[in-house]
Amino acid sequence: MARPSKEERKVSIMTKALELFSKEGFYQTTMPSIAEKIGMSVGNLYNYFASKETLAKELILYIANMLGEEIRRINESPLDTREKIVAIVHMYFKIAQERPETIEYFLRVYLSNREVFREGCEGMICVSAFVTELMIFFEEGVRSGELRDQDFFSAFGLFMGYLGGMVFLNGERILPNALESYEASIAENIYNALKAR
Amino acid sequence: MPSKPAKFQIVWLQGITCNGNTHSFLNDPLLGSLLDKVRFLYHPILPSQMSLRELVVKIPKSDLLIVEGAYRGDFERGGAVMEKLLPALAARAKNIVALGSCASFGGIFKEASPESISGIVYDKSEATGPLAAMREKVINLGGCPAHPEWLSFVIGMMLNKRKVALDELGRPKELYAYTVHNGCLRNDYFEWKVDSRSFGTKEGCLYYEQGCQGPFTHGSCNKILWNGVASKTRAGTPCFGCTEPTFPKTDLFRTKTYMSIPSEMPLGVPKRSYLALAGAAKSFHIKRLEERLIDDHA
Ligand code: SF4
Ligand code: SF4
Repeated sequence: MARPSKEERKVSIMTKALELFSKEGFYQTTMPSIAEKIGMSVGNLYNYFASKETLAKELILYIANMLGEEIRRINESPLDTREKIVAIVHMYFKIAQERPETIEYFLRVYLSNREVFREGCEGMICVSAFVTELMIFFEEGVRSGELRDQDFFSAFGLFMGYLGGMVFLNGERILPNALESYEASIAENIYNALKAR
Repeated sequence: MPSKPAKFQIVWLQGITCNGNTHSFLNDPLLGSLLDKVRFLYHPILPSQMSLRELVVKIPKSDLLIVEGAYRGDFERGGAVMEKLLPALAARAKNIVALGSCASFGGIFKEASPESISGIVYDKSEATGPLAAMREKVINLGGCPAHPEWLSFVIGMMLNKRKVALDELGRPKELYAYTVHNGCLRNDYFEWKVDSRSFGTKEGCLYYEQGCQGPFTHGSCNKILWNGVASKTRAGTPCFGCTEPTFPKTDLFRTKTYMSIPSEMPLGVPKRSYLALAGAAKSFHIKRLEERLIDDHA
């Protein structure tokens, strides 16, 4: 059997690290605990990632690119804006169910430990792929007359804050019903809040 | 001894115009030496050989016909209608220059009567004007007004029998291949997305909030400075895009946005890439670019 390449090793380290970080939080997770989980020596782990901060930044880049790709696919589809909202909500909740560690990481590590991401991930740099796609979604919605023109962040906060909040409530087991059962009404609320009058 | 070569003969014809290009031309610092090399058969202001009446009657041959102002078929000059006068003079001219935005594309006067007024070759960006069939010999110098040195550059090239390379709208590439954005002193601010807070200051870029058209406008305003010292953006005013067939635009001091995103991207830049770069640039705070360049109260 061929030995895994360095890139492949990196991806498997990131997958495991993601699980740990999203469960334990940034500070509870240590390089030795990650190494142990992978079955690798701590020294070797440092060959792949120079520090825990570097690893954390690569993870957020990875997640933002993945979410960006998903939204890009929706942006480039022939759906109208209302249908795109339905598709984005569905995509986000699906990832939250199937790969909860990615959304958890976004909310619990990236958004909650800003100090870790200050250098090298200034402002929106590490989440740019994701934010750019949402910008394009909003821009096209306004251009086509379906959405109301307003400041980008007011719209962005409404959309992502709502989705993030629902995923968070779900993670805390506060929601009485399954996450996907809220999809249609959430998409409708978002559309109603953003649509042109 | 060989006889002195005949002087380069120019006819300067005005259509519907505010005289802006004539006045601009009078500000050419090299006008004196240029006038040593050319002779105006007719010019509305400068000393010339013929009166307007004589011009209209004689329809002389010329090396260069300069047309200033917009075209309307029934507009009269010296008792002749443009519909007849312009093609007749054009047929007897070796070269033709449409000087300024009105002669080039219709300009501001076209707004008054979009159906009947156009440039001499172009009606906005469509080559349907009265000299469209002769477009090969017409050079467009869009601008409101055209910079005097743009005209003297073109005349200089003709005097030296050099070919002027033109873009797809018949404008000399040497003068219009760049954008006004190129050479603007505010590029540093543009790059890092720091906007100017008011007109007339040295700091900040005028794109996001003041509607600067520099990134979409072909012209050398920031390379061949006006009066040798300034340009709109150097003086702290947004570029209006006066060299383009889209001029005049409305709502000049505002950049149209959709959800805070500019509706038009800088020329040739895909939206996705622009937004990603702009987002990254905005993430940095660069103290140097957020301060006054010269603090009056220091
Ligand atoms: S002021 Fe206009 S020309 Fe100058 S950098 Fe900004 S956008 Fe470009
Ligand atoms: S800066 Fe813009 S508006 Fe001003 S003269 Fe140049 S092209 Fe025209």
